[in-house]
Order: sequence, then structure tokens, then C-alpha cells
Amino acid sequence: MATVELRFSAQPEHVRTARLVAAAVARRAGVEEAVLDEVRLAVGEACSRAVGLHRTNGLTAPVRVVLTEEDKSFSIEVGDEVPGPGGSPAETVSGLAAVQDSDGDTEDEMGLAVISGLVDDVEVTSGESGGTIRMSWPVSGSSDLP
Amino acid sequence: MDLSLSTRTVGDRTVVEVGGEIDVYTAPKLREQLVELVNDGSYHLVVDMERVDFLDSTGLGVLVGGLKRVRAHEGSLRLVCNQERILKIFRITGLTKVFPIHTTVDDAVNATD
Repeated sequence: MATVELRFSAQPEHVRTARLVAAAVARRAGVEEAVLDEVRLAVGEACSRAVGLHRTNGLTAPVRVVLTEEDKSFSIEVGDEVPGPGGSPAETVSGLAAVQDSDGDTEDEMGLAVISGLVDDVEVTSGESGGTIRMSWPVSGSSDLP
Repeated sequence: MDLSLSTRTVGDRTVVEVGGEIDVYTAPKLREQLVELVNDGSYHLVVDMERVDFLDSTGLGVLVGGLKRVRAHEGSLRLVCNQERILKIFRITGLTKVFPIHTTVDDAVNATD
């Protein structure tokens, strides 16, 4: 069961809220302080991408963020409701490619590049009901938080 | 925290001091600022990121867009950044090879390469 689940309307201003919530829950789950910046950035990238996908496709459905504390890991799933191949890691582009690319609309792919560069354990899937980016981080063995 | 922007001219360079968070919500403001500067004829920009608390790929996209704009006028866009967590994002995306990144504004303003 999810530790915390968050749904927000696909508006850019809510992405910051998602970042703050994710970082707070990750801290409680025992994710190391040094890694929290990465959690914050990765969840922000995933949410920005989902917001962008919903808006370009005219979807009014909310973006879903599921934060789950497990025995030895902490995982975050960010789900969009855009069907089909929403994007796989193979489609990521580097910043260099973005500079050389003339249309300049490569932020989505650069977001995925940042996520894959930051997070060791990441899985991007897409299906009929939408796409999901699942990321997880190890937690220190004994969380002394109540 | 919101985004703060201020500009000043040093010689033939325009220094844009950015503070706060550059993300999907605030990046359009930075984009507007850079577009406006280029439209007004400022082609040598120094973006001071020392007071930036958060930067994501949307922000990177805006900086890349700014670089393309100044390059179209044979200009330059230099960054000032010492924060490891911000520099890391430039490294991950390969953008350290694209942007000259300086440790101080003075350095960036005086750079000629």
C-alpha cells in the first residue's frame, strides 16, 4: 500500500508541491539527506513531463504520484494518463543533442535524460491506460524516526 | 519560493542574476527575460546562478534556447555557478561542453575565449 498518494491537476504550479511532498516523505522513510536533492529533482522531472503530456493532449485528468516506503527501499511512481508509447529511455536525448536540434522542443526528453542520469533504479513503462515512471532509492537500515 | 530576476550592464556584457527556483512553472519568466534582452540588442549575456536553489530540465531548455538566440547574433551566453548540485545537472546532460561555466561574475565578464 502506498505510504502517501498525491493527485494534482496538470498545472505547472503544482509540480513544486509534489517535489516538497516527495522529499518530505522520502526523508521520513530514511532516504539519506545527501540523496534528497536527487529525489526532489527526479520527481520534479517526472511530474513536469506528466503535466506536459496531459496538457499537450488536452487531458483534464490529474497527475498521480505514489510514494511507497518499503523494507529496504523507497519508491516513487509518477503516472500520466496518456495512452501509447509515452516515451522510453531510448528516446532520451542529451543536452548536446538539444543544442544541435533546431526546433528546440526537447525538454521532455531532456527530463528523462536527467532522471536516467540521476536514478540508478528507474523504469519507464507505457500502456493503454497511460505511462508510468517508477524510481526507487535505497533506505538506511534502521530509520530512527517514529 | 519564486524566481527572482535582475539585470545589470557591465561593459559590453549584460549580467542576469537569477535567484530561487527555475522549474516548469517559473522557467517561462526566465525565457521572456532572455528573449527581451536579445530583442533589445544584448547579445553577450552572463547568467549568474549563484542564488538558484533549484534547476530542472525546463530551466536547462530555456538556457539552451537563450544560447541559440545569442549565437544567431554571434553573441555569447556564459554561466556563473559554484553549486555542486546545480553543476551536476549540467554534467548529466552533457551541457558542461556547451556552456562556458565560470566561478565568479568577474571571470565571466572578462572572459574573451
